[in-house]
Amino acid sequence: MSDGLVWLGTPAFPQAARKALTDTQLRRNLRKATGTIRDKRLRVSAELDDWEQLRDSAAALKLRTLRHLDRYLEQLEASVTAAGGTVHWAADAAEANRIVVELVKATGGPDGGTREVVKVKSMATQEIGLNEALAAEGIAAYETDLAELIVQLADDRPSHILVPAIHRNRAEIREIFRTRMADVPAELTDEPRALAEAARLHLREKFLRAKVAISGANFAVAETGTVLVVESEGNGRMCLTLPETLITVMGVEKVVPSFADLEVFLQLLPRSATGERMNPYTSAWTGVHEGDGPSTFHLVLLDNGRTATLADQVGRQALGCIRCSACLNVCPVYERVGGHAYGSVYPGPIGAILTPQLAGVGRGSEDGADSLPFASTLCGACYDACPVKINIPEVLVHLRAKVVDAKRGRTVPTMESLVMRAATQVLAAPGRLSMAQKAGALGGRLVGRGGRIGPLPGPFHAWSDTRDLPVPPAESFRAWWQRTHPEETGR
Amino acid sequence: MSSRETMLGRIRAALADVPAEERPEDVPVPRDYRRSHAGADVVGRFAERVADYQATVRLVAEPELAAALGAALTERGARQVVVPEGFRAEWLPAGPFTVLSDDPQLTTGQLDATDAVLSTAALGIAETGTLVLDGGPGQGRRALTLLPDYHLCVLRADQVVGDLPEALERLDPRRPLTFISGPSATSDIELDRVEGVHGPRTLDVVVVTEPGRSKEE
Repeated sequence: MSDGLVWLGTPAFPQAARKALTDTQLRRNLRKATGTIRDKRLRVSAELDDWEQLRDSAAALKLRTLRHLDRYLEQLEASVTAAGGTVHWAADAAEANRIVVELVKATGGPDGGTREVVKVKSMATQEIGLNEALAAEGIAAYETDLAELIVQLADDRPSHILVPAIHRNRAEIREIFRTRMADVPAELTDEPRALAEAARLHLREKFLRAKVAISGANFAVAETGTVLVVESEGNGRMCLTLPETLITVMGVEKVVPSFADLEVFLQLLPRSATGERMNPYTSAWTGVHEGDGPSTFHLVLLDNGRTATLADQVGRQALGCIRCSACLNVCPVYERVGGHAYGSVYPGPIGAILTPQLAGVGRGSEDGADSLPFASTLCGACYDACPVKINIPEVLVHLRAKVVDAKRGRTVPTMESLVMRAATQVLAAPGRLSMAQKAGALGGRLVGRGGRIGPLPGPFHAWSDTRDLPVPPAESFRAWWQRTHPEETGR
Repeated sequence: MSSRETMLGRIRAALADVPAEERPEDVPVPRDYRRSHAGADVVGRFAERVADYQATVRLVAEPELAAALGAALTERGARQVVVPEGFRAEWLPAGPFTVLSDDPQLTTGQLDATDAVLSTAALGIAETGTLVLDGGPGQGRRALTLLPDYHLCVLRADQVVGDLPEALERLDPRRPLTFISGPSATSDIELDRVEGVHGPRTLDVVVVTEPGRSKEE
């Protein structure tokens, strides 16, 4: 059910959030998980007294890469090809899916091709809905990351970039395994160790017989053609090592200039992601290696809205994201509503700036992506946590303006634009403002209760239902000043 | 027009604000972070950090090495042990287990049925408690250190470097590289780390101390 960047049929953020907030189980699960990871991240990042210098370096490296992206991609293509790999370019999701499907079919020879692939967790392949595209061609795609497996078995959607099943607790995971996993061990408990063991048994045979694996990439080095996958469980190593054919789909922004640049990112990523000094396994390969691992390697370079994002000088910094999820784990909005409310494979603060840009801001808000830049209190915790210093609040405000601008040309004005037009009139003339303040003070006292204004009837309810206002004071500052300083009120 | 030309064209159009004469190196990248956080006692730090991942670390003088490896394999109950090409003959342990060679290559099924692998490493990283394998002598192809459930890894004390920057400058990116930090693990259930998923569930590391030098060095 991981059907692409923006999930069709899901409501806009405000409606989805209201529903999610009533799910107390979800809120408990998220509070526990994000709380655990926040403490661990702070502990291991505090061990490095040059954490800020590493962040500055990472941000500069991403800026350098993005400003010269064409050059680095051409260099990457040349170095991967020289090392025995094949590079493909995919302008959009449909083209990427078509390329991968053809490559999988081509592995089978005359007897029809491989009917199954094993997959390493990859945001890019979720974004393009690759599993659905493969299924449509009769090819089964087995997710091998534990959290992805949980989501796939439950026919659920991912709710977190790093841990897609973060919304499930151990008891729920046990229940999913018991009801959906054909070879589930009898007497399965909800001990995480037992659940991990069940996943090991379930996937072992699939790893051993797989002919084709599909992965994403955390980094790809332009200078050398080296591609990296950062993981924990060993499912990545299985997929990257055992099958004969490896197909890697990566967003174009994942390229880094040189091998030495990895010294910055590999210090920042594990500490920001799982709060570990280093993740259990990182695999790095360069093309194909004689006698070791896949004999065929394909690298698919994916655009799918990235070049459009690059064209926005404020918004392009979102492409620096290394998918660590630190911004999700510190976000007060994400912690309360969870990932599904964002209606996209990229939830949380980074999703709120990445999803609308990849989808195209103001392309019509029917899909809900335009509501995402507003899904934030602008508290800035995400900016502080980001290891590559993406100024998420800055991009949020910028995108809000773009969404509003996109609505400006409509023939039927929105309620918001009518209110703003009225406010312009009022604020442009002191006399009108003073009259409005008097009316507001009177009206406020009429509808207020106990010093607060609660939900209002009529056209104001959309705004006032989720906000309490203090009743306006009986006298405005301007009125008070005029009354008490008559000699200074010359004009 | 091919998608390659389409995408490169879109990128160039998107970057219209970047001056044509700007080169990548004109974008300054500050490099004032540390080359290492590990301090002088890198072997001590390495041992401490590997142990944090629920892996064991032993410091052994070279003359006792073969015996120590044999004891570790016996203690873990290994019956077949695969030892990659290039593992030094004088380090080879003896004990109640069969030593398998990967020449000719074992099948995936045979490897999966093998209890243990005894390998060397290209280097160790102290600050993060990481082993790096690059397929060099005694390390073998990547599947060898992946399918057996028990990985016993030997490296010399002088192969331990302080931190990632020092490690990367010694590694050759043209080789297949595997960075290993503890046994396989997952944080996917309630974001709490538990050890033991698809990769080896048990990792023991033996650091060979140099002859004539004390353990503390």
